[in-house]
Amino acid sequence: MDNSRRKFLKIAGLSAIAGIAAPTAFNGLLKGEAQASSASGGGHGGTGAASGKRYGFVIDVSKFARDKGLAQRCIDACHSIHNVPDYGNKKDEIKWIWTDGFENVFPDHSHYKKNADLHDAPILTLCNHCDNPPCVRACPTKATFKNPDGLVLMDFHRCIGCRFCMAACPYGARSFNWRSPRELDAAGNYKYIKNPKPEFPTRMRGVVEKCNMCAERLAEGKIPACVEEARGANAMVFGDLNDPRSRISKVLARKFTIQRKPALGTHPSIFYII
Amino acid sequence: MYDTGKIIPGLLVFVGLVTFPIWYGFVSADGHLPNPEKPTKAKQCVESTEFMRTSHMVLLNDWRDNIVREGGSRHGKTADGTEFVRSLHKGCMDCHTSKRKFCDECHTYAAVKPYCWDCHIQPKEAN
Repeated sequence: MDNSRRKFLKIAGLSAIAGIAAPTAFNGLLKGEAQASSASGGGHGGTGAASGKRYGFVIDVSKFARDKGLAQRCIDACHSIHNVPDYGNKKDEIKWIWTDGFENVFPDHSHYKKNADLHDAPILTLCNHCDNPPCVRACPTKATFKNPDGLVLMDFHRCIGCRFCMAACPYGARSFNWRSPRELDAAGNYKYIKNPKPEFPTRMRGVVEKCNMCAERLAEGKIPACVEEARGANAMVFGDLNDPRSRISKVLARKFTIQRKPALGTHPSIFYII
Repeated sequence: MYDTGKIIPGLLVFVGLVTFPIWYGFVSADGHLPNPEKPTKAKQCVESTEFMRTSHMVLLNDWRDNIVREGGSRHGKTADGTEFVRSLHKGCMDCHTSKRKFCDECHTYAAVKPYCWDCHIQPKEAN
């Protein structure tokens, strides 16, 4: 052993620094302050100041159980205006809004003997536009972010296709373009997008996509396309959850509603009347 | 000097070959300057011609970040008060209706390949 005083002091100093730094780093992670991307904002600036709004939906499952075709009409309304490709196979499927069984949508609420109606009623589900969105934390490029109105949005230009957000989302609300949505058929039309709408861009291969709560329609003062489709049956309510006078707030105050996987602490903005 | 008769013509041929790309540009018909089609619909663009010529891509990025991230307005006004939509498809291409006669004219000349139309759907060409 040739432990000089100098060496001892070096080791002691380093241990002291490590001892101080480690808890700080751990605390940062545990408190949930850590973002996958570095310095907030980056080259493209941050998101604007919050407007105090928080848009959300109430979905009345019983209305969808009564009108079996309604869910599909809502899906078609959304997918057609957003140029969502239909690859015709489950593996490559892109979905912004879709239906699933009760036990898949609400695994916390499924139990042994449940209401017969719920067994085969397809539950309409979409991005929850969480108040505490795990996908936003996971995104290393800030391609996905929370906008001032509380919508969780994507800037497709910035998506690098790492799919961290897909791993982070507990609701499976995000889809990845494994292949180009713009493949052409023999006649020169898009093979997977019927009647493309030029006002809305398509995506490209290697990009994640999801529901944007019709941000482009909200900007024009319209309501989301799925809600517009379901309005006749009164099956969906759209509005600002933070405004106590909005219709959605009144419905939520009156009715018992459930959310998807509330225990995860993501605070979804989509509520279900069962 | 020995072999003057071979060296001088040889040098001339060499210089001619090396400068080929330069004089070929002048001689061939393709040497014309780009001439993007001017729209008939509006007199004034959203910014000055000089600014648009050098910085239209910056403007498009600014619009996108402002609208998508900061909840900015989708409408703007030109210096003479004409309203326009801050959008590639609904704004720019509303006046500059042809990608081929407007965008490609310079982009092809300058050999730049922007990726706008990888996702945005380009307007149908008239002919």
